[in-house]
This record gives sequence, C-alpha cells and structure tokens, in this order.
Amino acid sequence: MGNKHIDQATGVETVGHEWDGIEELNNPLPRWWLWALYASILWAIVYVVLYPAWPLVSKGTEGVLGWTSRGQLQGEMDAAQKARSGVLAKIAVMPVERLPEDPQLMKAAIAGGKAAFRVNCVQCHGAGAAGSKGYPNLNDDDWLWGGDLRAIEYTITHGIRQPDVDDKSHFSQMPAFGKDGLLTSAQIQDVVSYVRTLPGLEKPGAASARGAQVFAENCAVCHGPDGKGLRELGAPNLADAIWLFGGSREDVTRSVSYPPFGVMPAWGGRLDPVTIKMLSAYVHSLGGGEDFLASPGGASADFSADSAVKADAQP
Amino acid sequence: MISPPAKAERSGAATIACSAPVRDASPSAAPLYEKREPVFPKAVRGKFRLLKWLIMAVTLGIYYLTPWLRWDRGPYAPDQAVLVDLAHRRFYMFGIEIWPHEFYFVAGLLIMAGIGLFLVTSAVGRAWCGYSCPQTVWTDVFQHIDRLVDGDRNAQMRLQKAPWGPAKIARRGFKWSIYLVISLLTGGAWILYFADAPTLFREFWAGEAAPVAYATVGVLTATTFVLGGFMREQVCVYMCPWPRIQTAMLDEKSLIVTYKDWRGEPRGSVKQAEKNPGAVGDCIDCNQCFAVCPTGYDIRNGPDIQCITCALCIDACDNVMEQIGRPRGLIDYATLEDTEREKAGAAPTPHWKLIFHLRTLIYLGIWSAIGLAMLFALGARQRIDISVAKDRNPPYMLLSDGSVRNAYTVKLLNMESRPRPMEVSISGLPGAAMWTDDMGRESASRTLKRTVPADQADPVRVYVVAPSGTDGREFTLTVRALDDEGGSDTHAVRFDAPGDEG
Repeated sequence: MGNKHIDQATGVETVGHEWDGIEELNNPLPRWWLWALYASILWAIVYVVLYPAWPLVSKGTEGVLGWTSRGQLQGEMDAAQKARSGVLAKIAVMPVERLPEDPQLMKAAIAGGKAAFRVNCVQCHGAGAAGSKGYPNLNDDDWLWGGDLRAIEYTITHGIRQPDVDDKSHFSQMPAFGKDGLLTSAQIQDVVSYVRTLPGLEKPGAASARGAQVFAENCAVCHGPDGKGLRELGAPNLADAIWLFGGSREDVTRSVSYPPFGVMPAWGGRLDPVTIKMLSAYVHSLGGGEDFLASPGGASADFSADSAVKADAQP
Repeated sequence: MISPPAKAERSGAATIACSAPVRDASPSAAPLYEKREPVFPKAVRGKFRLLKWLIMAVTLGIYYLTPWLRWDRGPYAPDQAVLVDLAHRRFYMFGIEIWPHEFYFVAGLLIMAGIGLFLVTSAVGRAWCGYSCPQTVWTDVFQHIDRLVDGDRNAQMRLQKAPWGPAKIARRGFKWSIYLVISLLTGGAWILYFADAPTLFREFWAGEAAPVAYATVGVLTATTFVLGGFMREQVCVYMCPWPRIQTAMLDEKSLIVTYKDWRGEPRGSVKQAEKNPGAVGDCIDCNQCFAVCPTGYDIRNGPDIQCITCALCIDACDNVMEQIGRPRGLIDYATLEDTEREKAGAAPTPHWKLIFHLRTLIYLGIWSAIGLAMLFALGARQRIDISVAKDRNPPYMLLSDGSVRNAYTVKLLNMESRPRPMEVSISGLPGAAMWTDDMGRESASRTLKRTVPADQADPVRVYVVAPSGTDGREFTLTVRALDDEGGSDTHAVRFDAPGDEG
C-alpha cells in the first residue's frame, strides 16, 4: 500500500497496489456513477418495502404488494385454465366418437389426454403406454374390451372387474382349469399345444389334435371356436401374436391352470367426464384405435347406449 | 499542469491501453468523484467534417428507411424487405429468408461484423468510433441541434453559465423537446424491423400495438435521450468496452490522429514567430483543435482513449494553417512508425500506403473467406428438408398379426413461400409399408404424398410396419419435391424389432 507514486506517463497518482508490475491509476470516478449508486440504493429500499425481502424466524417479510411466487403461479395456472375452458366446454358437449370430426378439437383432446395419462395411467401402462406383462399395451391393435373411442371411454369410466365399485364395470372370470381340477394335467398340456398352434408358435401334432377337442368343449364358449376371442367378455384373441401374460408353454400353462385377472380402477368416480374423453382420445390416437361403428350389435350396443345417455346429460 | 512535450513522449499504444482520461488533478488531493465538464464543440468545416456528414446521412438513412422498403415474396410471405419475424421464427433480408436452423448465417454475419471491426481498426484505427458508431452519430446529431438552438460554442457556454430564468427555461425546453422527438423516432424505428412497418406504425399510434412494442420504444427513447443528449462522451470514456479493446488492438502501424509535436512545439503566436523566426513551432496555440472536439479532448496531449479519432481537429487545424499560410497537417492521421520516420526528416507516407499492411490483409482474407463461404452455402442450401424423430417408448410394437410397427415423428420442411407437393418413400426395409395418423393402415404403402403448406414445417406421425420376422436395422426415408423446382433430402432411420435388445 505504501507504494503510491505519480505515474510518469499520465501524471496521475497510483493507488499503491501492484500485481506483476501492473499498477492502477487513482483516477476520480465520474459523479454520475455515484448518482447511479444512490439510485440503486433507493431502488433497493423501494423493493424491500414492496416485495418479500427479509427472512425472519418462521417466515419472511411479506411486502406491501402481497406478491408471492406461489400466488403468481396460481394466477398463471388460473389464466391457463381459463384459456382452456372454451376447448374443454366444447369437448364436454361432444360425444367422444364424434371428436375426430373436428381435427383441432381432437388434437386438443389428445394433448390433454396425454397429460392426464402421465398422471393417472403410467403407473401400470407405462410412460409410452406400452404396458408390460399383464398390463395391456395400448399402442397395438389388439383390444380386450374394444378399441373404438366409445368402447375405450366406457372401459376407462367403469373400469375392469370392479363389481363392488361400479356395477357397469367390465366383468368376466375364466375358470381355473388346473387349480380347481376341471382339466387333468395331460389335458391342459394338450390344450396348451393346441392354443399355441393358432398363431403358429407350434406345429400341429397329436397333442394339439387332442387339445382341439378339449378347447372346443371347454374354451370355445368364450374364446370362440377359432380362438379369436370375444370382446363382450374380454376374452383375449388367442390366434394373434400378442400374449398379455406370455406365450411360452410355461406361461400359457400357468394361464390355463391359474388364470390371471387384470383389473383397472373405474375412473368415472375419480376423473371428470371431460378428462376421461381426453384420455380416450389419447389412447385411441396411439396407433391402434379402431373406428366407431354406429351399430356394432351385441353387448357393445349396451355400452354405446350408456355412453350416449351420459353424453346427452352433460351441459 | 503537465507540459505537452512531456506528454508527447509517451510511448504510444502501450500507454493508451491503460490510461484513463488525463485530468489536471493535483496528485496530493485527488478527488474521489469528478463532475462532468460539459463539452460545447465548435462548428467546423473541412473534408473530414464532410465525410462525417456523408456517413451520418447514410447510416441514419439506412436505419430509419430500411423498414419501409418492400420486397415482393408472393402471397404466403411478408413483403417487408428486412424483417426479423420473431413470432414466426423467420428472418427476411431482401431475397434471403433464414430459418431458425439456418441461424449460422446470422452467426456468420456477426462474426464478419466482429472481424470487420478488427479489419477497420487495423486499417484506419478507431474509424468505427469516430464516424459510424451509433453513439457518435446520434451525439453528433444532438450537438448540431445544440448549435441550431443555442448558437455556436461561445453562445452555448454563456447560456450554460446564465442563471435559470424564463428565457433559459424556454430555450432548454424547446431544445430538449427536439431531443425527445428524435429519440422517439429512433426508438420507434427500431420496432419496425420486427413487424410489418406500415401496420405497426398505424397500430402504434392507434394504441393497439403489443405492450412490448411500447416498452421497447420507451426504453430506446429513454436511452437515446439520455445517452445521446446528455451522457455523450461519458459513454465512450467510461461505459463502452470497445475503446479499451481497440486500444489493445492498435499498434505502431495503426492510423491514429496525431499532433506532430516536433513541428508544433514550442507553441507561439504568429507575432512571436515573426519576431523570432525559428524559435517557435507551427502551433499558434489557438486552441481550435480543442474547441471543435466532440469529446472535449486536447489532442496535443497525445493519443488517449478519449480521442475517438473523428478527425475534426484535423479540419480545424488545417483551416488555421491555411489562414496563416503554413502547410497543412500539423494535426493529421499518422502511424507511430511513420511518425518516427517523419521526425527523422522524411516526408509523411501517403495514407493509402499505410492502410495496406500485413495484419490488415490477413483480416481482409479471413473476412472475405467467411463471406464467400456464406455466399456459397447460401447458394447451395436446400429449400426442402426431412427430419425424423423415432418414438423410443415403446421402441417397437408387435401387432396382432405378428408384424412389427415403429412410430416416427417426421417433419417435412417447405422453405419456399408456396405450398409444395412432396413424396416420402421408404428404402431399405423389404415388405415395409407406412401410414399416418390421418389415414388408416388399410391405405398403407411404401410412399406417402403430402402437400406441405408454404413456408412451414409439416409434422406427421408416421407408422412403419414391417412383416413378421424383420430384424432391427437401418433404413432410409427420402422426401422428394414433386414440383418443377424439385429437390430431395434423406434421413437414415432405425427400425427396431423384437429380440433386438437380446
């Protein structure tokens, strides 16, 4: 510090510091710079009065404007909700199967459904809706209970195997052929062979020929004479390439002996109808959605009737 | 007071780099703060003043008029010649349209601007500071207004010292409202680059423009008013980093405004010179060089950061030398190297010869290379593009008939200002077919035809299905324009199948 001296070149005194021979001239600061400092101090005081600033023991000072970051977020959420409300109202009055007629609305519904899916559905069906063993893949073209928009909406609303919660819930139960001794172990092996010939996993042989007989007597009533399943009962198509509980001999044997039952909550009581419609649109959009046919007949006609009543009842 | 000869012995560039403006501060009682000394530059005529007028006319003309130029781009694109369309992420400049993914053109322009500053500094010193920096140009405008309203240097000084009264208040009010109008025009012109100028102009005065437009105009009006009207040389001396960078870039070959002290010193009046020929130098100490300086610097103290090298002092000194019949160029552009030669008795080298030295030529080479490369890239760029993002969750989908489906988000880019028919086709995936969100699998085929709207990216969700047993592999999606202009682009894509993850 003691090395203050007059710089030869400029005639200005140095501040006395030296770093590797580099020295600093003690030039005066411009006066307006000082004003800028005072203005900043003033600004800080005003800010401290207006906004939350001082941390105290349990919480900070609140500021006279009453601003909070949570309040701001809430305001932005409300504004976003308000901006969405028009679209949501449109979706509310539109029967779900007619959504594709309005591509803009369908797009909005798919986006909304995607968000709702992330919150409510990924736990079982996975983030990409690809499911896993026992949890159906929603991207493919294989549907247990129907893959048109209205069938999907019905399934989401009423759930699967929830008789105690929703009496309109899908319900079916495959007999436990092994556990309850309905078939012998040999018969089960035969029918497994037969079932695995349907999608071509095994070549037909003596066992599968015997199994065909067993199948016709015990299984065809639900899975159909050709094994293509029955959606009214949620009986899977056994002739396709997709196996919800696995297609190996061991897996199929286990499924026949101790049938697994997938369950899904009835979301009708948990989510509002608009969200369910949006979820339906999203699931339908994943690549395997089927077209809605006006009078599909059979049990699915009941679903449509139910859905139509619900749609009409909405404001 | 430090005597000028001592000053002149300062060793050029090395000193300017680290020196702040020289003050007549007595070292023992250096004040902490210093009041701004107002600068009242005197009007001057001369060739450099003329050059400044010209450059001011060109730069301000470009700034204020460019947004109003029209350029026909057909019905699907704006007709403003220069437009930064932030909302639609487009940058239009006459016949060139730049998309966000082509931003390297803008980056290239900025790099060229940077190297251009190096080039200019290397060739002609701080010419940017002296002639074309917006701070210099607007300060110059405001100083002309000062002279127009208050009169020349002396009248301005008198008015400054005069006590505040109705006359002074009226005069100041009048002058500052002219400042404000110019500032408003300046701030107002800026926003016109970002939207259709005639529309925005009408909306702005009708109170219908976006709040951000008013805020921008407000901020720029305020900065123009304060920085150009009042801060002036304080911006160059204290705020701007560029003078510091430039002083570091100047070397002994750089043209700087130089007071030729070996010719001017010791100073003496014309009478003294007549009485005592040979005893005094050419400088008659008329202080005209100081009087015309827009930053209030006395060039006779040697090169300094405060000198923006606008060369008005050269004009002033040349005029005086002409009147008293001495050769011009007592103050002149010169390099340190040439100064040494001149001191030794050589004639000054012509300026144009000083401009071309190795460093300048290297900068010029780099600058031109970037420019040429960009021109080439501009000429060769494709106006059609395909980009593909594969769905990774799930990576593939087994369908009930055993075939495998992969999903992709395909973006077709049409960068022309008209709708274009395009065809996407698969190659390298035998038996594969594709379909999109808005059609069924029934109509799947190996090609898709789509009309992509003008000047847009068309995102399509595409499903590609391959027969059972297909292995995971790479294949190619190709987009081809079906119109006369043609053009195509390909994208290599991964197809995933069961068993890949083995």
